[in-house]
Amino acid sequence: MEKQKLVVIGNGMAGARTVEEILARGGAEQFDITMFGEEPTGNYNRILLSNVLNGSYQEDEIFLNPLEWYEENNIRLLAGKRASGLLRRAKLAYGEDGQPVPYDKLIIATGSRAFIPPMEGTTMVDGTLKPGVFVFRSLEDCRNIADWAKGKHSAAVIGGGLLGLEAARGLQNFGLEVHIVHLGGHLMPQQLDTGAGAILKTSMENLGIKVHLKKNTSAIIGPDRVLGLRFADGGTLECDMVIISAGIKANWEIAAGCGLTVERGIVVDDQMRCPDDPSIYAVGECAQHRGHVYGLVAPLWEQAKVLADHITGKNTRSAYHGSKVATKLKVMGVEVASMGIVEPQTPEDEVVQFSEPKRGTYKKLIVRDGRLVGGILLGDISKAAYLIQAFDRNTPLPEERLHLLFDIGDPPKQVTFAEMGASTQVCNCNGVSKGAIVACVNAGKRNAKAVMDATRAGMGCGSCKSMVAEIVEWACGGETEEDPSVHYYVPGVPLTKPELIRAILERNLKSVSAVFDLLAGGKEDAASKPGLASLLKTLWKGEYEDEKDARFINERVHANIQKDGTFSVVPQIPGGITSPAQLRRIAFVAEKYHVPLVKLTGGQRIDLLGIRKDDLPKVWHDLDMPSGYAYGKSYRTCKSCVGSDFCRFGLGDSITLALKIENEFQGFDSPHKLKLATAGCPRNCSEAMVKDLGAVAVEGGKWEIYIGGAAGSSVRKGDILCSADSHEEVLKLMGRFIQYYRENAKYLERTHGFVQRLGIEKIRAIVVEDSEGIAERLDREIAESKAAYKDPWKDAWLPENDNQFASVLPILQ
Amino acid sequence: MTETILGPVSNVPAGEGRVFLVDGEKIAVFHARGGGVYAVQAACPHRGGPLADGLLGGTTLICPLHGWKFDLKTGQALFGDCGLKTFHVTLDASQQIVLLK
Repeated sequence: MEKQKLVVIGNGMAGARTVEEILARGGAEQFDITMFGEEPTGNYNRILLSNVLNGSYQEDEIFLNPLEWYEENNIRLLAGKRASGLLRRAKLAYGEDGQPVPYDKLIIATGSRAFIPPMEGTTMVDGTLKPGVFVFRSLEDCRNIADWAKGKHSAAVIGGGLLGLEAARGLQNFGLEVHIVHLGGHLMPQQLDTGAGAILKTSMENLGIKVHLKKNTSAIIGPDRVLGLRFADGGTLECDMVIISAGIKANWEIAAGCGLTVERGIVVDDQMRCPDDPSIYAVGECAQHRGHVYGLVAPLWEQAKVLADHITGKNTRSAYHGSKVATKLKVMGVEVASMGIVEPQTPEDEVVQFSEPKRGTYKKLIVRDGRLVGGILLGDISKAAYLIQAFDRNTPLPEERLHLLFDIGDPPKQVTFAEMGASTQVCNCNGVSKGAIVACVNAGKRNAKAVMDATRAGMGCGSCKSMVAEIVEWACGGETEEDPSVHYYVPGVPLTKPELIRAILERNLKSVSAVFDLLAGGKEDAASKPGLASLLKTLWKGEYEDEKDARFINERVHANIQKDGTFSVVPQIPGGITSPAQLRRIAFVAEKYHVPLVKLTGGQRIDLLGIRKDDLPKVWHDLDMPSGYAYGKSYRTCKSCVGSDFCRFGLGDSITLALKIENEFQGFDSPHKLKLATAGCPRNCSEAMVKDLGAVAVEGGKWEIYIGGAAGSSVRKGDILCSADSHEEVLKLMGRFIQYYRENAKYLERTHGFVQRLGIEKIRAIVVEDSEGIAERLDREIAESKAAYKDPWKDAWLPENDNQFASVLPILQ
Repeated sequence: MTETILGPVSNVPAGEGRVFLVDGEKIAVFHARGGGVYAVQAACPHRGGPLADGLLGGTTLICPLHGWKFDLKTGQALFGDCGLKTFHVTLDASQQIVLLK
């Protein structure tokens, strides 16, 4: 098939980008391409001209398509040749030299030029600009400005818009005194409101630029070169040069000359075609789409894609629906981002605003129906990327508007799941993306638990569980099928925790297998076993019939399994208090068993890592210290600061309290781990306020008890339960809370979740004020649990199963 | 097929697993509470977790490292598609575990 002739008038960013898009769609097979380019060079990035002016870029650094690019792509570039006319009936385009270039398809990308407001003395008699008067649109302008500026003293920029400000800042680099002369009441009227404009004026003045507002320039003074400006109010300003930056005007003349519809720009439809002639397209700053002429680059990229889709036939239904305009000002020292409207337009429009003029910070958002329709950020534009995205995609905003303006406290939340990318990782432990969760929902898993089971999302540290549940709900369109098992204590026994406790006690069930037999129809569930074992131990204490298979491996062998199948061993060191004799024993063990890593833990203990399962009983025997329970869903340890013994700030004896706490609660099974701390003063060196339970000494011999703190995958300061007068009082209240938590929390629910779920007031009422009359019983349960404590490392002398610790069993023939 | 007698089933407590080394290959053998005996590869295909240390319920096994789940009868993973190699095991008349390989 013979190729069609495609002619592009204009070799600026719009023309060249459109050709690139056409080539990307295989256009080289369909078209012979000819481009008219008024400038003698290839295509360069016009946006960076102000950077060339201010010296931060060299000319050759801003080229997008050098001349070689045209050769490589077999494009005939008529460089330095301006198109002067079209003969539509004959399908011919003419250059200024009168040479006709035939076309089958034509693209007009003539861009725009500087608008020069009527002022006396702007031009010389021959129509050229008076020496010292410049516009700022091309590389040539840039060079001329730089040449003229040498050795001069002052410059005036007419126009306080985006480009004018950038030009002003660039001119400062030539050592000039720079003035901005602006007709309106505030700078950047397209992008800013009055308040932001006022702050920007101060910021520009702090940079040494003089700003003159509400100044209507009536004349440029000087007979044969610029000497100054005269204003309509009679005032004058001396200057050696003038840059006119008062807006742009679309170059539509070539279209108007051949009868195409032109208003403020060349009118195009949603396919960027001229409605009068289906073989002619227009794109970029010369085009007018649905009443808008865009002077920014982002709309151009979108237009170029649609045009290329359509002209190549790749997607003839592709359509441009207009662009939402967002800008960033790139003036060194002043940061501005702006999007959409700058003032509310209806009484319902909600304005969220923050202003701190002294620091040059101003933030304003206009929200309509929960979506961003306008925004201004000045001084601090750290939220710009996020806001521009929300504006551009029209996504719903979070209810908490404060987070739109500032990053406070929590990491910024994902606004909506619709806008979250499919590849965004939701579960960081198991690497599950939003897309995988949605796919799982679409495959028929209609509730969070089913999705978590199937994808393993939320099954690592668990901190993403609520987000997984929210995504599932979103993906189900809000119609999740409720999984009744979420109310069960463990998924495999269809009873809530109070029902389960009642049934266990009534039917005297003392082992996990008995519970499955009598309460779950004989059906074992692996995942339910550890939770049941924990609860049975809590309820029956010494009478509990332990079945090793119901315990997670850590609790079977009383050590913490590591990634390579070895174990870590942490002996009990309550309050972080040890002795030379203990340290010698630990050192001896570490050497004897070639322990690869000896490490201090976060809980003020010593961890021996990399121990083989077979060696565990021998290690315990040689250590001759009790287990530190650093492996269990159980009471772990209580750390402490130095307290009043040595510390000059100490108010209370935190060390002794920690030792008493450990002695009281050691080895207790619980729904999740319990990590405690005591602090001798509110400086909180032992971090007691972020532990599951903490006691902090305060003046007057009192202790404040904190519960529900967390500093793991969640971070939360604990709530103050109450204050206590003595160590014994602390022990009693802590014990009551622990027992209440053991009886009422879901399996694997940490205290911070439990306290937040029930509320501190309710817990305080039950534990401190005994509102349910159960305090005495809770105290008794604690005492019984304490009495049933048995150091599991005594297994070293009496293993329950001979081969429990064998990594491989011998084959006996 | 060769038969290997691994020893009395009482060596593997009910509901638990133990590892045997057979011809240089580590095999995890499980004794389900329901009475059945099962044998699979000893290392989890995910990150090499020691499957014999896992939790067993019915014939569902949970790896102790990252919670991957498998059905011991078929070796099939309950999520993902990376299953386990299974071996044929039976109990003989004297309650010895016999592995067919």
